[in-house]
Amino acid sequence: MGPDLTVMIGGEAGDGIRQAGLLMDKMFVRGGFHVFSVFDYQSLIRGGHNYHLVRVSVRPVRAPRRGVDLLIALNEDTVERHAGELTTGSILLYDSDSVKDLSGVGPAKPLPMPLRTMAREVGGPLIVRNSAALGALVNLLGYELDVLLEVLKRQFKPKVYEINEKAAKRGYEYARENFESLGVQLRFRGDEGRLVVTGSEACALGAVAAGMKFYAAYPMTPASPILHYLARIQRDADIGVIQAESEIAAINMVIGAAYAGVRSMTGTSGGGFSLMVEALGQAGATETPIVVVLAQRPGPSTGLPTYTSQADLLFAIHASQGEFPRIVSAPGDVEETFYLTAEAFNLAERFQVPVILLIDKHITESFTDVEPFDLGAVTIDRGKIIESEWRGPGEYKRYLFTEDGISPRALPGTLGAIVKQNSSEHNELGWASEDPDNARKMQDKRLRKLIAISEALRGKSLEVWGDPGADAVLLHWGSTRGAVYEATERLAEEGLKVRAVRVIYLWPFPSEEIVAELRGAGRIIAVEQNATGQLAKLLRMETGIQVDHRVLRYDGRPFTPEDILEGVMEVM
Amino acid sequence: MVSVAELGTAKKNTWCPGCGNFAILMAFKRTIAELGLKPERVVVVTGIGCHGKMGDYVAVNSFHTIHGRVLPLATGIKIANPELEVMGFAGDGDAYAIGIGHLPHAIRRNVDLLYVVHNNKVFGLTTGQYTPTTPKGMKTRSTPFGVPEKPMNPLTFALSLGATFVARGFAGDVEHLTYLFKEGVRHRGFAFIDVLQPCVTFYNTYPYYRERVYRLEDSGHDPGDWEAALARAREEELSEGEKVPIGIFYRSEEPTIFDEMPHLTEEPLVRRELRVDIGRFYREFR
Repeated sequence: MGPDLTVMIGGEAGDGIRQAGLLMDKMFVRGGFHVFSVFDYQSLIRGGHNYHLVRVSVRPVRAPRRGVDLLIALNEDTVERHAGELTTGSILLYDSDSVKDLSGVGPAKPLPMPLRTMAREVGGPLIVRNSAALGALVNLLGYELDVLLEVLKRQFKPKVYEINEKAAKRGYEYARENFESLGVQLRFRGDEGRLVVTGSEACALGAVAAGMKFYAAYPMTPASPILHYLARIQRDADIGVIQAESEIAAINMVIGAAYAGVRSMTGTSGGGFSLMVEALGQAGATETPIVVVLAQRPGPSTGLPTYTSQADLLFAIHASQGEFPRIVSAPGDVEETFYLTAEAFNLAERFQVPVILLIDKHITESFTDVEPFDLGAVTIDRGKIIESEWRGPGEYKRYLFTEDGISPRALPGTLGAIVKQNSSEHNELGWASEDPDNARKMQDKRLRKLIAISEALRGKSLEVWGDPGADAVLLHWGSTRGAVYEATERLAEEGLKVRAVRVIYLWPFPSEEIVAELRGAGRIIAVEQNATGQLAKLLRMETGIQVDHRVLRYDGRPFTPEDILEGVMEVM
Repeated sequence: MVSVAELGTAKKNTWCPGCGNFAILMAFKRTIAELGLKPERVVVVTGIGCHGKMGDYVAVNSFHTIHGRVLPLATGIKIANPELEVMGFAGDGDAYAIGIGHLPHAIRRNVDLLYVVHNNKVFGLTTGQYTPTTPKGMKTRSTPFGVPEKPMNPLTFALSLGATFVARGFAGDVEHLTYLFKEGVRHRGFAFIDVLQPCVTFYNTYPYYRERVYRLEDSGHDPGDWEAALARAREEELSEGEKVPIGIFYRSEEPTIFDEMPHLTEEPLVRRELRVDIGRFYREFR
């Protein structure tokens, strides 16, 4: 095992914490390390407290670990808030111009640096002290200054770079002259060309790679970064992006565009999704293929806007009146977010249903390193689409009764076809119909699609790992994957035989496959980022299986492997 | 070229005999026929209410959407494929009550749509409640002691927001209505037409309007004059119901959202190559 280090930089909103954290991520990844980093911020623009926590490791990591090995504190507040996470051997690198009170730091080793003064001396604004701190960090870790400079150069315009270069070099020199190197050293391992992306970027790129041409959304944390990124690249990506007047407008625009034949997506969080619910049912009733990204944050109501949660699972599955088929998928990390977003468009069009991609702040706003995405793995399948002309037989019927429930889909503008979609119950032609016989048949036709969907998803709905003869199985979904993965390894080290089952496609619920996995699997422990165990409830509803224990976290902060380890040890 | 008769469907019409919707439907069919539009290139979006059934009665593409959402849905269709003629029809409850939040933004975007409001000043299909345009004091099923609120004026509302085409029609004058629809379709940008539409069952305003309606085209009104448009839009209120002008109140040429965002429509989104090499975006992630 090589080094596995947690570095945190903290300060006020406006101190450039996110940028400094991202520079760290890139610097380490360019040297062949893996990173997972969480940007923790509050719902405000200035003041308050922000931190960026970078976990850097020689092997892929997908969750934060408990404890901080090296804390860079730009203000006193950071020291106060995080002193408890420092242990023997931890380092506190702090701006001695800003931090005076070190009481309560405990066993950590303090390393003072006059960062404010250094920023002034290189002729920069206060924010360049971040580069001085990173320079010092590089020296402490025995890392390559050139890698930091390269990252800075790519980040900034030449003039801004010059000042940051000076600051970084100065910080590096200061550390060399004043501090001893750390016990843990990160030696440059070689650049493997990996990318540092957030889940938002992975989602956006997955959509673009899959041929999404229209994105409409209303700003809402933590889905806004998808809007920002797509808006920024829209010209190069050959897509249209609209900030709508509300989430209601956004989803209806997306339904209109999808009806017209364009792969379209919207994204929001729970509050906005609540507003979209009526139109989601419209997509279901009219059989319009759309993709809705639901990036969860803790509720109820406004909740904790900038934190993470998995409490909208049952909502996503049940949202909107009546009964209609839908697909709900939940990627487990940033990388999978790319591929499941891309696949969501195929599923939406093949089955002419709304697809909900259930992610959360822990995915949309966490940075991690990924291999450049495999575009060969992104296929485009538009299902039963009529490309240019309807040649019969007979009059085109948008809702033709078929065996699998999927009707050939002509787009408005298709020669020879009149395409009528209707949110009222309708006949095959799309005309409103209140006939009881038709109503039953049309409902059956729509719901029949669930059978075809389940068939298509067979073998793709679960990820399973661990010991087949285990005493316990950790049932989970979504972004808890990373923490659960490490927890299973650590539990094995503790001598417990544990298996993990992750549900990727949550609806239609893969009952048969789950029952097969859980049969004789020992105790079932649901691990979820919510207060009531929603997957556990869903499991019971769909299979009758009752979980034995729940390990839950619902304070808005992501699970660490340690949380799960302790939770499982407690019940085993 | 398609004829008015060919634009009909076999669907049985369920509007009340004498309903103002018949005139709007006729004007709409004539518009398609007289402008020589191809039915497969026309999309009608309708909301919830009696008007909403219109899509079933005309042989063009249609989307019968949920209550109040005609504008965003129509906007999405137009952005996806600007080669389609997209026409939204909404009721006054649909457009001015539940869906009013979309109107300012459709106006601000100046998206190239025709938007017709069947303004009968009452909820018909839900059997006679008041809407934002029902006169103050009128007794309806939900206001047995009279409507307590002032009615809104859709035309001054649209004008104040900078709408580029503002018109009012009367369902008792199909010929004039057809003229307005045709001008609205021709208008480059968002064309807003409020249609005074009597509801013979819950609020029969035929006699009232027949006595008071006059055509702006016959009155020397200059549709390029915004101040004059505003004055005409207030004429019914100011004359205490003496005169009700119909016609084009205001018309101006202004950039549409497609002019402002040319990459949206250089090539219709619906025809673009789906495969995009995303490798070009990787630089910033290194």
